[in-house]
Amino acid sequence: MKPTHLVGLALHSIRRNVGRSILTMLGVVIGVASVVVMVAIGMGAQAEIQARIDNLGTNMIIVTPGTSSRGGVSGGAGSMNRLTVDDAELLRREGQLLSAVTPVIFTRTRILQGGMNWFTTIYGVDTTYEQIRTWPVDSGRWFTAEELRSNRKVCLLGATVAGNLFPEGDPVGQSVRLRDVPFTVVGVLKAKGQTPEGSDQDDVILAPYTTVQTRLSGRQFIAQILASTWGKDDVPAAMEEVKVLMRESHDLSRGEDDDFEVKDQSQLGEAARGTTQVMTMLLSAIASVSLVVGGIGIMNIMLVSVTERTREIGIRRALGARRGDVLAQFLVESVVLSGLGGLVGAVLGVVITAVVGQVTGWATAVTTSSLALALAFSGGVGVFFGWYPARRAAALDVIDALRYQ
Amino acid sequence: MGTPVIELRQVRRDYAVGEAVVHALRGVDLRIEQGEMVAIMGTSGSGKSTLMNTLGCLDRPSSGTYRLDGVEVQGLDDDARADLRNQKLGFVFQGFNLLPRTTALENVLLPMLYDRRGRFSDPHARALRALERVGLGERTHHVPSELSGGQQQRVAIARALVTDPALLLADEPTGNLDTHTTVEVMALFQELNAQGITIVIVTHEDEVAVYCKRAITLRDGLIERDVAVQGRRAAEDLGAWDRTGHRPQVDHLPEGRPPGEPS
Ligand SMILES: Nc1ncnc2c1ncn2[C@@H]1O[C@H](COP(=O)(O)OP(=O)(O)O)[C@@H](O)[C@H]1O
Ligand SMILES: [Mg+2]
Repeated sequence: MKPTHLVGLALHSIRRNVGRSILTMLGVVIGVASVVVMVAIGMGAQAEIQARIDNLGTNMIIVTPGTSSRGGVSGGAGSMNRLTVDDAELLRREGQLLSAVTPVIFTRTRILQGGMNWFTTIYGVDTTYEQIRTWPVDSGRWFTAEELRSNRKVCLLGATVAGNLFPEGDPVGQSVRLRDVPFTVVGVLKAKGQTPEGSDQDDVILAPYTTVQTRLSGRQFIAQILASTWGKDDVPAAMEEVKVLMRESHDLSRGEDDDFEVKDQSQLGEAARGTTQVMTMLLSAIASVSLVVGGIGIMNIMLVSVTERTREIGIRRALGARRGDVLAQFLVESVVLSGLGGLVGAVLGVVITAVVGQVTGWATAVTTSSLALALAFSGGVGVFFGWYPARRAAALDVIDALRYQ
Repeated sequence: MGTPVIELRQVRRDYAVGEAVVHALRGVDLRIEQGEMVAIMGTSGSGKSTLMNTLGCLDRPSSGTYRLDGVEVQGLDDDARADLRNQKLGFVFQGFNLLPRTTALENVLLPMLYDRRGRFSDPHARALRALERVGLGERTHHVPSELSGGQQQRVAIARALVTDPALLLADEPTGNLDTHTTVEVMALFQELNAQGITIVIVTHEDEVAVYCKRAITLRDGLIERDVAVQGRRAAEDLGAWDRTGHRPQVDHLPEGRPPGEPS
């Protein structure tokens, strides 16, 4: 029998029992719809995290102080804080693959401003920070290299800080007191949103690292060095280069472990990404269970159908159908039933996803590949759960089947 | 005479029933030529159905040989027998055995769906012609439940002859029909036989057998009697019946010679 005949036959038989067919399909419809929705929510979360990672900066490499085992004593991460401005200087001078480098110093502080009280973090950075983090100003301007060199008390406010300290009016040109030191606000940064882990990047004040070191923190060590490469493809090689330069700068002999860590931007979101991946897989697995339950429903109805149609099978065999023809007929019927359910389920899944996205505001992403996968899966369910009933149909004896009442 | 349509030699069929063995056919020899119209008769349990299943390639003899239209049937596997049924046989059953909720046309198309040799260039037109041939050209899109018993049996006959089979096998084709319809169906069989189709009808009714050209009676798995029958015309009986309002007297079958003796 031709495949078109088989599909026509399946549709005919499904139409002969519309109500029952719809109820049978329902299991697969729900299964496929829930897989589509769950995957869409998971993929949406992953896409959002990817967007946040991309938003962190451009081809960024991060150097942080690492665990050291000098003298056989292993300290915790960062216990030997040995990053210095000199390290950053060396990377800037020698790093062939690096387009920009900045040291980063953190210090937490309370700000008092016209009765407003705000606790935030001050980042002491170089002017290159703007390029490395892709973080221009929204109003005012970035501080200049000259201001950096001469330890000027200037700063940039993150959008959250600006909004809180200056609910109305432009902060640019105003003065804020950071640890009793008056700083002039030269600019307000563009809002950047959340980190992959979900903390607010705009709750920050940026100032020249020179000023922060001399006026606020007074410490010699720095928290991070950020660098960016010329191109995206340079990142792996540049990380190697940074490691070599850092070992040189720290005077590490062979056999000694690194006392610093070098990561690239994508690694920053790894934990968050891992979590959402696990979540997506878990949700899809739970949803798949309902697809399997739908498949069992199909098997059940197909078995009933084979019994009901024993006589039909006998007639077909008498008229010249081979066992293989009967097998194909019932298998195709089960696949068509399940596939139709999958199709309806996919459409329903897209609709539900849109509604969920609207109502909750979650990022969702229905991808063609997830739809294709859901459809293929429902077809597979049809084959898997249709096989046994189809085998039963094909195994019937012609004479018994013809005589069946 | 050319190749016989049916040639059985010492066909036996034993059924194992628990410990015992039932001999349903005990060495049947039978030859049916092209163009014959044969009734197979016998009491219940005499082996009619077993013989019918054998002739229809639905069952295999325990021993003996069967040639259908020149093809050796014993030794063929399941698929080959399915193909042979499709190519050489047309079945008409007592219970009509039409697919429910399926139109007359689709029912008649059915055997052509299983053709593997590409014998039919326009199955649709063929099916329509077959339905016209049995006088149902107007009812092609009716489903069985919308047709009378006689009409359903006509659809089944159309389905059996649509593939131009070498042999039309009918198992109690009038068993579910009233007498008038029975004669109508027999008139149709006679008409088809006159056009050259070989027909074998299993029946236990004399009034069916009288319209055949030959009657074979089975008893305990053997052919007990094999007689030529006076060709009574079913169409004429119908005409007389419709004219007079009562059914023409149907005579009994003649006592025949035992099988194997020259006529
Ligand atoms: N499938 C079977 N299993 C066992 N015995 C059978 C089977 N089919 C037929 N028989 C036996 O074979 C004999 C002939 O039966 P059958 O061919 O049906 O005769 P008929 O059709 O003339 O009534 C009977 O004794 C019957 O009981
Ligand atoms: Mg019988």
